[in-house]
Amino acid sequence: MEVKAKCQARELTLYLTGELDHHGAKGLIRQVEQEIEVALPIKTILDFSGVTFMDSSGIAVVMRTKMRMREIGGSIAVRTVPTQPRKVFDAAGIDRLVTME
Amino acid sequence: MKRAENYVMMEFLSRSSNEGFARIVAAGFAAQLDPTLDELGDIKTAVSEAVTNAIVHAYPNELGKIVLKLKILEGSVLEITVRDWGKGIEDVTKAREPLFTTGGEERSGMGFTIMESFMDRVNVKSAAQKGTSVVMRKRIAPRISGKR
Repeated sequence: MEVKAKCQARELTLYLTGELDHHGAKGLIRQVEQEIEVALPIKTILDFSGVTFMDSSGIAVVMRTKMRMREIGGSIAVRTVPTQPRKVFDAAGIDRLVTME
Repeated sequence: MKRAENYVMMEFLSRSSNEGFARIVAAGFAAQLDPTLDELGDIKTAVSEAVTNAIVHAYPNELGKIVLKLKILEGSVLEITVRDWGKGIEDVTKAREPLFTTGGEERSGMGFTIMESFMDRVNVKSAAQKGTSVVMRKRIAPRISGKR
């Protein structure tokens, strides 16, 4: 799992690439938290366009990010989710908890 | 009991690096039923959840044996069994509830919910200190003239 960060006007976009499962989830959470620490954004966007596979570990990553952003008074959005990860998010009803762009 | 028309069995150690491998094996075996990309995604996701559960919960402080069994049953039904010999699930009904987890920050408690929504049937059998067996079935409807 690879993370590329882009920050503009205190809006942090994190581009995730690869397979998101339990094996890589802990490391990914660390990376995301680190990027948020550095940028201290008002809004964090998780871009899923490069995610080739995701299981429920992806839900944990999104929920952790949401929790962290709430702690620093910011918001979170999830963007460009491919079909397979989208089905996992839908089964969990994540759209009721997080903005899907 | 439905007769198996084909099957494979794979034994592996409960290392998280094997999660991706188990998914690929399941998808590769299921390919002979000519599933859609969508169905393949469902199969890979369900296997990933069941295997991750075994790795995280069955053997929390040690490495242990996990067996993945894939069967094709009459009527284009794929049956996936994930079996471990770990510590077992205390309360299966509770474990299947959405958002219930005894895992760490990287777990969401949605594993069984995902398995249930992506497969036609999910059966769980577990005994303390003896292990857990998750059996899932999904019918892959045959495609007519390349379309469904």
